[in-house]
Amino acid sequence: MPALIDIRRRIRSVRNTEQITKAMKMVSAAKLRRAQESMFAARPYARKMMEVLNSLAARADPAGHPLLAERAGDRLLIVIITADKGLCGGFNAAIVRAATEFLGEQRERDIALTLVGRKGREHFRRRDHEIRSEHVGLFQKLQYASARRIAAELIEIYTRGEIDQVFLVFNEFKTVIQQRVVVERLLPIEKLTPTGVTSPFDYVYEPEPGAIFDRLLPKYVEIQVWHALLESAAAEHGARMSAMDAATNNAGEMIDRLTLYMNKVRQAAITKEIIEVVSGAGGD
Amino acid sequence: MSEAKLPRKLLLEVVTPEGLLMRDEVDDVVVPGALGYFGVLPGHAPFLSALGMGEISYGKQGARRYLTCCAGFCEVLPDRVNILAEAGERVEDIDAAHVEEARARAVERLKAVRDEEGYEEASQAYRAAVTGKAATRRRRG
Repeated sequence: MPALIDIRRRIRSVRNTEQITKAMKMVSAAKLRRAQESMFAARPYARKMMEVLNSLAARADPAGHPLLAERAGDRLLIVIITADKGLCGGFNAAIVRAATEFLGEQRERDIALTLVGRKGREHFRRRDHEIRSEHVGLFQKLQYASARRIAAELIEIYTRGEIDQVFLVFNEFKTVIQQRVVVERLLPIEKLTPTGVTSPFDYVYEPEPGAIFDRLLPKYVEIQVWHALLESAAAEHGARMSAMDAATNNAGEMIDRLTLYMNKVRQAAITKEIIEVVSGAGGD
Repeated sequence: MSEAKLPRKLLLEVVTPEGLLMRDEVDDVVVPGALGYFGVLPGHAPFLSALGMGEISYGKQGARRYLTCCAGFCEVLPDRVNILAEAGERVEDIDAAHVEEARARAVERLKAVRDEEGYEEASQAYRAAVTGKAATRRRRG
């Protein structure tokens, strides 16, 4: 039978852990709220951008642009977005699994990786993949400039013709407790729907539609990357929050169990002492 | 459009990817287009322009207010102006010390650039910092 003091020590340690997980849950909840806010904040920009692009596509000839042209080649670049930190349930594992699966499907093609987030880097570095670039520590303070930098890099590699297609793999925020891994093609840009109807106005353009269109397409790529980063950040905080919530609950249960056990042990000790005393008294 | 129907006010909205910067009814707007500044009064013809770097200014009840903006585009309709800037700040929010620091850093970067490669980026950073610095003077003016 373990000594009472050991059980007490154990309870104290579990209680400490419980407090930590509880605090982490609170922090994640606050961060999640902020991440969701920035997700909502980015929406009007993205929506307007789509509207203008589509209405421009009707006016300017979109076929000629290099970011839209489908190429026959077999070289893929896969951008994998993971978190920088762990302790967020299956968040990183799910991404890594989905990415590995996708890599398996595309095995006969020439694949390079761009890794965003420390966890993905840790995993894929140790394996036999060509790694184009790495971006870590973005999620501490997520800024649009990061999305711009990544997009610029991708566009540059793509237009130089080193890569024929670019895919994004990231966690999408569905609900607080649910994430979904998304594999999405970033480049070439999926066909725009040239609808002149979205905008009932015939604009005066400055500079001419074609030139605006050329300027907007790279921005569109930036927005896609930004969107993926925001989704991933929100999903990460959601996942961490629910993981820490579960951990807190488990710790609570464990404390209850240990407390019960401790009481039993204590009672047993008392009973034993009484028996000793009684039997000692009776023996005389 | 007949005189009677002409709108009196413009609804100005400035949006960046990081969020809504402002939304207000204003009397007029001056916007830094890619090909130069242009002014908008209520009842302007539908107009779509790419944006350069500079100051957006708008008038409201006789007072002028300023924002900085950097790249993006602008949609003008008779009764509203939607500005989608890649980055931007209200002049009131600009941190003068921060801007000065950014300017100094940009100058250093410009000095370090030796070839075409990094020049565009460095000069962009420099112009952004100078724009911000110039805008902070508006607060006293």
